[in-house]
Amino acid sequence: MDFSRVFNEAMPFLWDGLRVTAIVSIVSIAIGMVIGLLICLMKMSKFVVPRAIAGVYIWIIRGTPMLVQAFIVFYGIPLLIQLFTPFRMDATTAGIITLSLNAGAYLAEIYRGGIMAVPKGQSEAARSLGLSKAQTMWKVVLPQAFKFSIPSLVNQFIITIKDTSILAMIGLPEIVNKAKTYVGSTYVYFETYMVVAVMYLAIISVLMIISNYIEKKLKYEGKKKQS
Amino acid sequence: MTNINKNNEKVVVTNLHKYFDHIEVLTGIDATIYEGEVVCVIGPSGSGKSTFLRCLNKLEDATDGTIIIDGFDITDKKIDINKVRENIGMVFQQFNLFANMNVLKNIMMAPVSLKKMTKEEAEKKAMELLERVGLADKAHAFPGELSGGQQQRVAIARALAMNPDIMLFDEPTSALDPEMVGEVLDVMKELAAEGMTMIVVTHEMGFAREVADRVLFMADGVIMEQGTPEELFGNPQNPRTQDFLSKVL
Repeated sequence: MDFSRVFNEAMPFLWDGLRVTAIVSIVSIAIGMVIGLLICLMKMSKFVVPRAIAGVYIWIIRGTPMLVQAFIVFYGIPLLIQLFTPFRMDATTAGIITLSLNAGAYLAEIYRGGIMAVPKGQSEAARSLGLSKAQTMWKVVLPQAFKFSIPSLVNQFIITIKDTSILAMIGLPEIVNKAKTYVGSTYVYFETYMVVAVMYLAIISVLMIISNYIEKKLKYEGKKKQS
Repeated sequence: MTNINKNNEKVVVTNLHKYFDHIEVLTGIDATIYEGEVVCVIGPSGSGKSTFLRCLNKLEDATDGTIIIDGFDITDKKIDINKVRENIGMVFQQFNLFANMNVLKNIMMAPVSLKKMTKEEAEKKAMELLERVGLADKAHAFPGELSGGQQQRVAIARALAMNPDIMLFDEPTSALDPEMVGEVLDVMKELAAEGMTMIVVTHEMGFAREVADRVLFMADGVIMEQGTPEELFGNPQNPRTQDFLSKVL
């Protein structure tokens, strides 16, 4: 066991990788949450066209492996665009596009579950006061749906963070990619990957602490609020 | 009661039919309700009382017939139902207070969101209403912290915050523990005494007898019989009414 060697030699690389992992995860989750909400509302629309678009989107994303999607976004689409105009895509952009499209599809279904869990009486009460459908959605249904969704949302965030490692395959310089490069020349597999594992564990622990805090904060029933 | 204005028809329902899939729940209802009138709707479960009430603010779409509220035909698709609903308060059996807001926000939300009042005006109005239903000290509590009776009084205050001129009550005391029924009925009695036009679906025969100007007895999706409480409770004519009253009184 030679952890001190890994700490001395590999840590600088791994820290760089960790930063890329964190940035790509955060940006993708943020974009994915917006895409997810949009797709969710489209899927719950009373009109056929948005419903169909959302359905096809979710079907394709969930029905294909993310690695294949990443290859298509990184290698395939630039080739297609290059037929018309000079174009380059870097691995970070491709990674963020893939991850956010992916998270968006799953988050859409998570939101939809949350919305369906809000009792019908809540929106009936809002509509009976004269609020429009949109106002009812924003002020009454979505805040409650969000609360119901938190456990599944966090689950999806964790999956998205860990899925960044798949993007090593398109050359995204994240933790696993950096580790691979390092062990390729030094062969200290065990120690390096143990450190990588601990780094993931650390990020996800932070996420869990934050989500527990938010969940407590949003637990309005049986809690007095100072204002 | 005394303050009925027979020249002002608040609600005019003509030949109202309602189907759920292929089941006809309302089979032709005609009713006119005047300004200031308190109308109680009674009848066995499944008689269509709640459906009738929910048609009046379009929580249920009428299948056939017309419903005119304050001169607006709400069965006309061109009518902006949200505008009409601003003048119709509704109180539900399950209270339906917004679980994500405290009591004050529950009451202020609609007037502020619909730009009827500024935040300050709405808060002042909310506190007045809470005072009136005896819950001013609960302004910052969340619905989950209140008893059923308290929640229902807040729900009444929330509906009143929009200054409606018609109030619909859908079995407002049916989900309450018996000892809490009185506090809600007291608020409703006060409201009736102030001249609010009220349509109340209820199983509280005592309330109907004491407060109603008119009682409608519904069965099988129609109004079988109607009259003043004295007429309907004292001398029911229809055998169905007699049968129902013999079971509940």
